[in-house]
Amino acid sequence: MTEGHVPEDKSHFRGVWVFLEHRKYGLRDVSIQLIGEGRRLADLRGTTLTGILPGHAVEAHARHVIGYGLDRVIIVDDPILGLYQSRPFTKVMAELIRRHKPEIVLFGASKNGRDLGGRLHAVLETGLAADCVKFDIDPDGNLDMIRPSFGGKSLAHILCKKHRPQMASVRRNVFVAPPHDSSRTGEIVRESVELSERDVDVRLLEFKEFTKEGGLRPEEADIVVAGGYGLGGAEPFTMLQELADLAGGAVAASRKAVDSGWVPKMLQVGQTGMTVRPKIYLAVGISGAVQHLAGMQESDKIVVINSDPKAPLFEIADYGIVGDLFEIVPEMIRQLRTLKGMAAVPTTAPAEAPRRSPVAR
Amino acid sequence: MTVPGAAPGAQPMRVIVCIKQVPKAQELQVDPVTQTLKRVGVPSEINPPDANALEMALLLKDRHEAEVIVLSMGPTSFDESLERAVAMGADRAVLLTDRILGGSDTVPTAYALSETIAKIGGYDLILCGEETTDASTGHVGPGIAGHLDAPQITYISELQIVDGKVRARRTAEDGTEWWETTLPCLVTVNFGCNTPREPTLTGKIRVKRGGVITHWSCAEVGIDPKKVGLINSPTIVAKVDTVKLPPRSPKVFSGDPKDTVRQLIDALRVDGGILL
Repeated sequence: MTEGHVPEDKSHFRGVWVFLEHRKYGLRDVSIQLIGEGRRLADLRGTTLTGILPGHAVEAHARHVIGYGLDRVIIVDDPILGLYQSRPFTKVMAELIRRHKPEIVLFGASKNGRDLGGRLHAVLETGLAADCVKFDIDPDGNLDMIRPSFGGKSLAHILCKKHRPQMASVRRNVFVAPPHDSSRTGEIVRESVELSERDVDVRLLEFKEFTKEGGLRPEEADIVVAGGYGLGGAEPFTMLQELADLAGGAVAASRKAVDSGWVPKMLQVGQTGMTVRPKIYLAVGISGAVQHLAGMQESDKIVVINSDPKAPLFEIADYGIVGDLFEIVPEMIRQLRTLKGMAAVPTTAPAEAPRRSPVAR
Repeated sequence: MTVPGAAPGAQPMRVIVCIKQVPKAQELQVDPVTQTLKRVGVPSEINPPDANALEMALLLKDRHEAEVIVLSMGPTSFDESLERAVAMGADRAVLLTDRILGGSDTVPTAYALSETIAKIGGYDLILCGEETTDASTGHVGPGIAGHLDAPQITYISELQIVDGKVRARRTAEDGTEWWETTLPCLVTVNFGCNTPREPTLTGKIRVKRGGVITHWSCAEVGIDPKKVGLINSPTIVAKVDTVKLPPRSPKVFSGDPKDTVRQLIDALRVDGGILL
């Protein structure tokens, strides 16, 4: 049974926290990106910035991550915390929050971050705003949590006035990772939270990592070539992959293309997919629903190829070509090959190597 | 709160699917006065990820003996979606409907739904969609699990019952995970992981005969009025700004592809720092 909310004097709550999420290869980059924004908020509030790192044998991560701008890291070390699981992580976070009373707690809006935040906010009975894109401090000292709403048509300012901590999640690539300063010093605090096998109520049977064969992930690429409903099928994505390979980029897709079964969901950009902010976002055959804009409008340069000059995406484009994508994309491939000093390959000739299809990823 | 499973073994497994009725995504409109979502006169649908959760429950019912109950919270206009769910194959539906619930954020919503699940009299499995298309938080499912103190597995695309245990395939950012847990538990289901079936004629007749939807008020469930509604929600929407997209002055080329592509590539090269 959850305890009823006991209103506390909110001035007792001090400090900004960032939940540091780790996977087997290290800390998630969204956690690092949040340290930069957390630092800004902590400075605005005249308080400290703490990273919370539940895990097992994570001290090296803690020492390194301070360099991004933390004042302190709280480690809770337990073999049970080696792998993310909802119940033990919720228990640890709830216990630490009750103990230290931070005023702000930020989470990456990863699958695990949302899994944790959703459970934790119900247990603590406090506010949690999902997928924030901007933060401010309002005149009363509350965190102004700004998030897209109604399918990205507007931005809602969410306040959590009476309850503490104020919690928010942020997607990857909304904020830019701060520079690392290896000379920065900070405190590493070890705390314990009692965990037992009874807190382990799920068991991981198998983990199959997505293969890297498909090349770069769109979230990591400087150039993203995204295909939409205008492609008309799975096959034309092979052409986009070829263009992306030539440009050193990655292929992504709109929800319509994913829903049509042409490419896997993991390539989807937009509100229910991923957020990207590459140097160039090349949208091919994507009309530009607001839900799609939510995932790519922060890109440095937006290039749109569409046969419909009225496609909404042209409104936010830097460059566009109105025309048939089945003529334009092969022409781009030809011209890029020429520019890169490659022999122009007639489109009728067989490809010299089997082409990777994003479908196979 | 610990709500027991529905008498394991003795009876069919009880599966509760939490659904929300949402305006069709392309019809979303903000009321400029109240700054809330305009719902009146806008065509509605079962929140698409919830429809996938319902389909997953119905697939379980096809394979195992199971009772599928659809649960929602909202105005009585939500009956439309609950009737559709029953016509698709759910056994019955419960709607928690009460004016005092208006404006509830995810905290009171998760609380009120947990209490309603207790009032239903227990469960073996709860399925929720991964998030709603109108609010997109994904917080209510894990919130219910938190209130019920139940195991949770989020973002799943496949679920099996093996030897009385749940096995679920979860999609993480970097790979696919298979998790196992015990009943009772809660899972949240990925949008698009299956194709929700259409209502059947038999199902429509069942709905027409009536008696498939139960309406409960907060008092009937035993929900604390001081824990629900707008004023008891931790978060408020202080204001809503129209999105101002960064000003861009598009250069749009049209004509012969050879020329337009050259113009585009030249423009991107002039901008510098571009890898083309």
